Amino acid sequence: MMEDETFTDISGKTISLDCQSHSSFCREFTVSSPKVSIGKVMVYTCSVWLLAYAAFFITQNTAVLSSAILITLVGMMFHIHFVKVDHESLLVIGSLGIQVSSSYASGREITTFIEMSKIKDIVINEAIYMHQIIYYLCVLLKDPSEPNAVSSVVPLFQSSKPRLNCLVKVYKSCQEILSKSQ
Amino acid sequence: MVLKIFFPQCCNRADSGLLVGRWISGHDSAVVLAVIHYPFIPGQVKQYVQQVGAASGVELSVLGSWSLPKEGQEGMESFLRDLSTIFPQQRWLQIRRQMGKTGFTCEVLNRDQSKTAEEKEEEEVIFVHYEQRKVMLSQLHPIESGDAKTDPPSELRQVFQTVALSQPLFFLDKYDDGPLKSTHWQSEGREASIIVELLKQASVPLCLLLSWLLSTFLSFSSCFFCRIFNFYPLRFLSTKLSTCVQLSYRTEHMKTLSSPKPAAGHSQFMRKANMLVSVLVDVALGVLLMSWLYRDDHITMLANTLVPAADHVAKELDQLLQWLMGAPAGLKMNRALDQVLGRFFLYHIHLWISYIHLMSPFIEGILWYGGLSACLGLSFALSLLSDMVALFTFHIYCFYVYGARLYCLKIYGLSSLWRLFRGKKWNVLRQRVDSCSYDLDQLFIGTLLFTILLFLLPTTALYYLVFTLLRLVVVLFQGVLHLSVDFINSFPLFAVGLRICRSYRLAGTKPSQRQYGGPDLPDSDLQLLPRDSWLALVKKLFVGELIYPWRHKTTKSRLRIQKRGRREERGRDRIGDF
Repeated sequence: MMEDETFTDISGKTISLDCQSHSSFCREFTVSSPKVSIGKVMVYTCSVWLLAYAAFFITQNTAVLSSAILITLVGMMFHIHFVKVDHESLLVIGSLGIQVSSSYASGREITTFIEMSKIKDIVINEAIYMHQIIYYLCVLLKDPSEPNAVSSVVPLFQSSKPRLNCLVKVYKSCQEILSKSQ
Repeated sequence: MVLKIFFPQCCNRADSGLLVGRWISGHDSAVVLAVIHYPFIPGQVKQYVQQVGAASGVELSVLGSWSLPKEGQEGMESFLRDLSTIFPQQRWLQIRRQMGKTGFTCEVLNRDQSKTAEEKEEEEVIFVHYEQRKVMLSQLHPIESGDAKTDPPSELRQVFQTVALSQPLFFLDKYDDGPLKSTHWQSEGREASIIVELLKQASVPLCLLLSWLLSTFLSFSSCFFCRIFNFYPLRFLSTKLSTCVQLSYRTEHMKTLSSPKPAAGHSQFMRKANMLVSVLVDVALGVLLMSWLYRDDHITMLANTLVPAADHVAKELDQLLQWLMGAPAGLKMNRALDQVLGRFFLYHIHLWISYIHLMSPFIEGILWYGGLSACLGLSFALSLLSDMVALFTFHIYCFYVYGARLYCLKIYGLSSLWRLFRGKKWNVLRQRVDSCSYDLDQLFIGTLLFTILLFLLPTTALYYLVFTLLRLVVVLFQGVLHLSVDFINSFPLFAVGLRICRSYRLAGTKPSQRQYGGPDLPDSDLQLLPRDSWLALVKKLFVGELIYPWRHKTTKSRLRIQKRGRREERGRDRIGDF
C-alpha cells in the first residue's frame, strides 16, 4: 500500500510522506524534504564570487579568487554531505524494534536501531519554540529494569519537521503495531 | 506470537542439511549458527552438538532442517519431516529455498500437534539475516554491571552473546576429515594470521622479561633513591616535579602491561591495548624529536639563545620595576613603600641574574643529557621542559608569592578593621559577624590602622596585580605543556584506530570512560580548567589567596591547602579580636 499526499513542514515547504506496509507487523514511513533549489545555489555562489572579485580589485592578489573558488566548493560539499537531509525514514518491526535513518543529499546514511524492549511508547509531543508551538513525533525509551520511568526521548523526523496531519498518520500506523507487540 | 529466526548470511547458499543453533529462552526466537550437511549419522551429530555445547557453554541444539535442492534432487520433504522424530524438539523449523529465487519459506512444526503454522493462531515469522563474523567480533553483549541482573538481558544481547561464545563451533572447516561437514563463516578455511599467532606466542616470555626488568629497576631505585628522598623537602619536590610524576605514571602502565595474565573482559583488553599503543606512539615521537635535536648542533644553538633570553627577561623585569617605582600609569604611589618594595625586588633580580650566569657553562651539558630522556617518550621531554621552565622562572614565582602574601594580609587586615569601624566582630565559634562594643582606645587604634592600611592599598595592589599577571602567563604555558602530556597519556588511540578501520569491533554499549580510560587514571588527567570554576578563581585572585597551577591530584596538595587554611584562620583571629 503506497500513499503520497502533499504535506507541508512547519515553515510551509512541501514535503512528501510515503507509507509502506511490508506486512501486518512491519511498516516503513519515509518523509522526503524538498531538494536544494538551484536559485539559492546560484545566489550564494554569485554573491561569494562578487565579493571575491571586489577583494581582488582592491588587493590585486589572485590568491583571493582561488580561495573563493575553494571555499565555495568545500562549502557546497560540506552542505550536501553533512547538512542537507534528503529523506528520513522510520521502520517499525513489531517485537524486534524500530530503525530510524536519515539520508543526506550526498547519499550518506546514518541509522539508529532501537530494540523493542527499550521502547516505552511513540507519542506526539508539543514544544514551544519562540513564538510558535510545534508538534514532533518522538520515541519514549525506558530502562528494562524500570518499566515505568521514561529514561530518554528520541525525536523523529527532526530535519523535515512535518506538521500535525502528517504526524497523526504516522502515529496511528505505529500504534497499531506497537499495541500488538507490547 | 511472532517467531524470530536469526539466520547467518553465509548459509544462504549452503547445501541441504540440519540447522544447529540455540533457542533463546523467554523471547521466542532462535539463532542459527551452522548447517550440518547430509550425509550424517544422527548419533554423531548429537554427540558433536553436545561436545561443542559443553566446550562453549552455550545450550546448542538441532533446530530444524534446511533444504536448498540442487538440480535433480527431489522428494526431500517427507525425509525432512521424518528427521524431526530423530531429534526430538519442542519445535522443528523447516526452512526451504529454491536456487535462483530469493524468497525463503519457513514452516514450524510443533511437537504436540503436528499442524503447520498457518492453521494455528497466525504464527508469523521474522527472518533476520546477520553477518556472522562481524556479529561475533563486535562486543555488544557484555553487561557493564558485574552482578547478575534480576531480569534477563535483552534479546539482541543474547543473540550477540550466543554467536560470540560459539567459537568452538566454527573451528570445523571443510578441510577437516571428520565425519561431519558443516557450513558457517569459517568453513572455507580457518582464519588466522601468522603475525598474530607469533605475537601471541612471543608475548608471554616478553611479558616475563619486562616484569623482571621492571622489578629490578624499581628495587634499585627504591633502595637508592629512597635513602635520598626520605627527607621531607626532597620528597615534596619529587611530587611537584612533573618528570617524576610522569615517571611513576609510566611505571604503573608498564606494570599493568607486563602482567602475563591475559586480559579479563573486553574493557580490560581495550585499556591494555590503548596503553600499549600510547606508549609506542610516545616513544616513536620521542625518537623523532631526538633525531631532530641531535642533528646540526641544534642543542648548542638552543643553549646559546637561552642565557641571553634569561638576561633579556631580567632586564625587562628591571625596567618594569623602575616604572612601578615612578608614577605608573599616572597613579600616585606612596613613595616610601614603593621604594622599599621596588628595591627588594630589584635585589632579587640581581641575585637571579648572577645565578644564571653561574649556571651558563653547564646549560649545554644539561640540555644534552636532558634531551636523552626523550628516548623514553615525548611526554618525558615535555615534562622535562615544563620543569625547566618552572626552574628558570622561579624568581617570578617568588615575586608572586611575596606580592600575594602582602596583599592577602592587607585585605584581611582591612576587612577585620572595617568590621571594627562599624562596631562588629567576626565570631569564630559561630562563623558569623556579631556586633561588639569596643572600648574607646580600641576604636581609636583600630581606626588609625585602618586608615594607614587603606591608603597603602593602591601600592600593594599594583605590585600584586603586575606579578600575578606574570605568574599567570608562566602558569598558562606550563599548563599547555601539561595538557599535551596528559593528552598523550590518556588519548585512546587504539580505540580510535579500531573505530576507523573495523568499526564493528567497537559496537558496544555507550562508550563510557570505564571502557577506555579506566578508573585508575588520576582525575585531573583531562581537566582543561583549574579545579574550581572561573568565578572561584577570580574570587581567589581578588582576595589574594595563592593559586596553584595544574597538577596531578596528590594528598600532599590537599594537606597543604588545609594547613594554609588553618594558618589563615589563626591570622584572622589575631587581627580580629582586639
